[in-house]
Amino acid sequence: MPEVFKLPKSLKKNIFHYCPGCHHSIVHRLLCEVIDELNLRDRAVGLASIGCACFLYFYIDVDIVEAPHGRSCSVATGMKRARPELVVFTYQGDGDFAAIGLGDSLHAASRGESITALMINNTVYGMTGGQLSPTTVLQQKTTTTPLGRDPKREGFPLKMAEVLSNFEGVAFCARTAVNTPKRVIETKKLLKKAFLAQLENRGFSYLEILSTCPVNWKMDALSATKHVDKLIEIFPLGVFKDTFGGNSEI
Amino acid sequence: MKIKILEDRCKGCGLCIEFCPKKILALSDKRNLLGYKIVCWKSPENCNHCGICYLMCPEVVFVEDGEIER
Repeated sequence: MPEVFKLPKSLKKNIFHYCPGCHHSIVHRLLCEVIDELNLRDRAVGLASIGCACFLYFYIDVDIVEAPHGRSCSVATGMKRARPELVVFTYQGDGDFAAIGLGDSLHAASRGESITALMINNTVYGMTGGQLSPTTVLQQKTTTTPLGRDPKREGFPLKMAEVLSNFEGVAFCARTAVNTPKRVIETKKLLKKAFLAQLENRGFSYLEILSTCPVNWKMDALSATKHVDKLIEIFPLGVFKDTFGGNSEI
Repeated sequence: MKIKILEDRCKGCGLCIEFCPKKILALSDKRNLLGYKIVCWKSPENCNHCGICYLMCPEVVFVEDGEIER
């Protein structure tokens, strides 16, 4: 039973700047709950990326560093190697992790750096105005593909969780969503597992969270939340790689 | 336990109203300082403290009374 109606201690009391119905702030809250439960507040360092989540330091009361666009995994590598006792996590969007930072992310994963990467996948570049991102699904209309994403011209969506699950250095790799209460609770469990993988020095841990972008999807908050169910048909949820084995306690 | 709605934080997205199993929440006509219509109780006596509004609320609007001293 999760603890409800209590504000996590590491969540600052600032009002979120996200649009109504954005799932970023649900993930922020879950992240704070996990940091509190694992007692990591003194030694956690977060890497905020460029995107809507670049103001992570306004909301989470741990040390946050802002990395250049896409370079979070590389900066995190440096931090973790210099100070192995720290718990380093990156909080990136799909444009940051899978587009401009693809090289940094894939090489950090293949080196098996002991960091935790969270990727918020909302299938568009949210902050810059809804352009096509690598994870944009087919036929989705964005500002740079006004007729919908055509596989002949713009290619197919990139499925990062499936890609990373084939890497030997990756210890934990999963995809989840936060559009129903059940999935919120599951996401928290997986988030905890992603941090435990780092605490046990198993290797790179990756968690992809399907999110909404109501403004750039041109929907209201509720229909955007329901639209995530359609994304799940393209990006299936699940744990793709887990070195903990099937019977580990969370 | 008394649940408090932090009206300053609410952005009127309606996720709590949709997912509340007892359907006891509604959007009011009142607006907060940000200009959003805020959520209010329709029948607070039916609440069984399941916590689903807290889980789904993106803005952490629903907290236990006394949790935030602003």
